[in-house]
Amino acid sequence: MKNKIKIHDVNPLRRDRRQFLKLSGMALVGTSLVFMTGCSNDDDAPSPPEEIFDLGTGDLGVLNYAYALEQLEADFYTRVVNHSNFRSTFSQNEQQVLTDLYYHEVIHRDFFNTAIGVAVSGDLTKRLPVLEFDYGNLDFGNREIVLATSKTLEDTGIAAYNGAGKLLTNPDYLLIAGKIVSVEARHASAIRNIIATGSIDGADSKSFAGDDIVDPVTGLGQALSPSEIVAAAGGFITTPFTYKEQGIG
Amino acid sequence: MNIIKIMDYLSDSELMNTKSSRRDSFGHIKTLGKNVAMASIPFGLAATSTKTRATTLSMASSMMMADPLDILNFALTLEYLERNFYQMGLDTNGLIPAEDRPTFAQISKHETSHVEFLLSALGDDAVSEPTFDFTGGSLNLDTFSNYQTFLALSQGFEDTGVRAYKGQAGGLIDNADLLTYALQIHSVEALHASQVRRMRGEKGWITKSENTLPGAFSAIYGGATPESNTVQGGVDLSGLFNDLGGNNAVTESFDEPLTMDEVNAIASIFIVP
Repeated sequence: MKNKIKIHDVNPLRRDRRQFLKLSGMALVGTSLVFMTGCSNDDDAPSPPEEIFDLGTGDLGVLNYAYALEQLEADFYTRVVNHSNFRSTFSQNEQQVLTDLYYHEVIHRDFFNTAIGVAVSGDLTKRLPVLEFDYGNLDFGNREIVLATSKTLEDTGIAAYNGAGKLLTNPDYLLIAGKIVSVEARHASAIRNIIATGSIDGADSKSFAGDDIVDPVTGLGQALSPSEIVAAAGGFITTPFTYKEQGIG
Repeated sequence: MNIIKIMDYLSDSELMNTKSSRRDSFGHIKTLGKNVAMASIPFGLAATSTKTRATTLSMASSMMMADPLDILNFALTLEYLERNFYQMGLDTNGLIPAEDRPTFAQISKHETSHVEFLLSALGDDAVSEPTFDFTGGSLNLDTFSNYQTFLALSQGFEDTGVRAYKGQAGGLIDNADLLTYALQIHSVEALHASQVRRMRGEKGWITKSENTLPGAFSAIYGGATPESNTVQGGVDLSGLFNDLGGNNAVTESFDEPLTMDEVNAIASIFIVP
């Protein structure tokens, strides 16, 4: 079985991002997005700025908001798959799922990093900086805790994208958000099923789309506002930021 | 902040959102129905009043999209199809193994709710229900006598549903309420799709356009923007993540839309003309 997991730095963003930007700079042509060069020297810009970063207004604010959530998810799974007990803690199937989630979330994160750089025409002071995270005493070697946290993050991601879609005005961005939110839902379903089949948490065979995330009367999934999401997921994020347009901070 | 507190917060908000009493639930759907009804009347007005800031930007794109009424009826037709499919599956003795029945009962419950929700939104404008033939006419599929065929079609319908709603979101961009409802249904179809795919021994996410369904259904993962697409927002992501799952992971990370015509072509296989 080929199931190799590359060991990355705990926070591989800077290295990956440098490579990503270098490569993708070549590809950013002929789109509805206007690409401006000038990102080549951004990596080494001194961070963080003195004042607290605000996510911004309009579509940019939503993109930065999504970028914050993807940074959190990517960081979480990076820690999960790099934990020294990863292989002994999770079954082979679970390792495959968590590794895929790690790949997907890092790709989402790096995609937003570049896409926002394009959307702000290279003015990277408007792009959310690299965030730092603190998980307190969360035990990344504990199967139940990792899965429960993963479930929370994926459920939160779905509700966040569903709630933020209406804040977008550019249909291209709405489509991209749509492409990502359904993948988050696919993740949530898989993690919830792993928990259910492992008989953790009292979950049952319906929990892949349980009544706790799909209203049993209307059949609608959750949609939450940015202020509700930041209140929930923000506890992990130690880098302060505000989202004044959405009443956060 | 510790994880327990975060979980507490989420379960509280879940409680507020969904764990209402039966009585509250009826109140909820009534409110919802009212909101939708209000939203559905001034389609034309919505574009000029609620989101003036968006009008200019989205106009060009919206002109190429169907109008909200057509989109809701398009969605209703798909939901009719799914509702019928699962109801017939659950009603067929011996088809679905006992251990899988709760899964399909849950999916069926949602599809029925989606039909009712769209009917209440559309009122007199709702299209009537077509007659379905899940053998696919000349394809002569053994849909209700072979569980594997039933599972394959379920996967196809759910993945098509995800792609169909995604393709129409842009047409609802000027109507915040309708857009949000559509997104809320869209994500539920994806929860279903992931589950059914895994029941078939596949990954919950779509790798390239790999297709293990009957050959006639390759369109489910194809289309003008096939699931093998690696260009997102003008950025070609292929080859950029070679030590992070490569292009397989890139295509898995983004689901792609189907156009209305593409979806109708797939659905029409199962609709008696």
